[in-house]
Amino acid sequence: MGYPAHIDYSLQLADNALILGHRNSEWTGHGPILEQDIALSNIALDLIGQARYLYQHAARLIGGKVTEDGSGGREVTEDGLAYGRDAWDFRNCLLVEQSNGDWGKTILRQFLFSAWQYYFYGQLRNSRDQELAAIAEKSVKEVTYHLRWSGEWVIRLGDGTEESHERMRRAVDELWKYTGEMFAPAAYEKELIRLGIAVDAGEIRPLWGEKVGEVFNEAGLEIPMTWMQGGGKDGKHTEQLGYLLAEMQFLQRAYPNCEW
Amino acid sequence: MVENAQIWSMLEEVYDPEVPVLSVADLGIIREVRTGEDGIEIVITPTYSGCPAMDVIRTNIRMKLMEHGYRDVRLTTVLSPAWTTEWMTERGKEKLAAYGIAPPLPLQQVCHPAMFHREEAIPCPHCHSYHTTLISEFGSTACKALYRCEDCREPFDYFKCH
Repeated sequence: MGYPAHIDYSLQLADNALILGHRNSEWTGHGPILEQDIALSNIALDLIGQARYLYQHAARLIGGKVTEDGSGGREVTEDGLAYGRDAWDFRNCLLVEQSNGDWGKTILRQFLFSAWQYYFYGQLRNSRDQELAAIAEKSVKEVTYHLRWSGEWVIRLGDGTEESHERMRRAVDELWKYTGEMFAPAAYEKELIRLGIAVDAGEIRPLWGEKVGEVFNEAGLEIPMTWMQGGGKDGKHTEQLGYLLAEMQFLQRAYPNCEW
Repeated sequence: MVENAQIWSMLEEVYDPEVPVLSVADLGIIREVRTGEDGIEIVITPTYSGCPAMDVIRTNIRMKLMEHGYRDVRLTTVLSPAWTTEWMTERGKEKLAAYGIAPPLPLQQVCHPAMFHREEAIPCPHCHSYHTTLISEFGSTACKALYRCEDCREPFDYFKCH
């Protein structure tokens, strides 16, 4: 049995990647043009791939056979963790679960998160948990593409037409309040930061701020003054997550352990 | 007892289902082959985290070894060091070009996080012109980007440096 904080932390990272990957996959077949539909689907694939390695790690930390529901005997797997937990068990930050909205909002959500993930994985490569470090080393190469692609779109749309600028401005208003949480450690993270396993996300805030400021500046977008909403890392989610899980988990809920 | 070299030559006959001219050995995803009293261990690494071909590749490796009578095979996955196109063999790059996919540039480049930063010009695999334009950094598979040749006007895939 792994250390509980360590499990929560691995799940947080896995949930972040899965939930954003799932959100992006909702665009598959609906993108504004074919090339961008493919781009977002590729990003979804990278994120879901990262989520799989992180869930496998969490499943190993939880330990081969443990009882999930008290009745005993059921093995914990990556699929069980992704499809068998309810909203309050998810540890992802609120930003990634927000609904897609228009293309501008999807792009902005991706950019704000990719910029965070880029610096975050960069640091996680030094984790004392060698598996997390290896996943980070692999993933940061993929995230670099996500960051550049989404950042370029923020600039194109923010500095585009009156309509695209206005939509980006609205997206910033809607999403900015969810960015603070990414830098505020939950109790289980604080424990792990001391052990050299978790990244002190507060330390990457200046780097993130600089990158986001640079892109917003070119895009003609302003950072709003707002309060910050947190809670996702502790399982207190916006209503958006429930709808997402209802769709994503439907098959496994209706037909447990179904494979095809 | 089986020799490592024999296993490697079998792996040269296992192809990437998404880029069927490349063997898993050409692709550089086989990190190690260990043979001993307790069977054969093959250590593989994924190209991209979400590469959907990995399960098929694992199955095909098992099938190939089984064809040669080896049933006791363990496949281990490692993530670090992370796969890079630098591990692709020269022969693999030649096969890609002949297939119509531009191979990764010989001088390894990695994606630069600066906005609108672009890699060096990629030569068209059809007419060899350097007068080409990036259409999208994300293509039909995770490992490819979409380009267009401005001279022969053909679109083409580029197996991007990673």
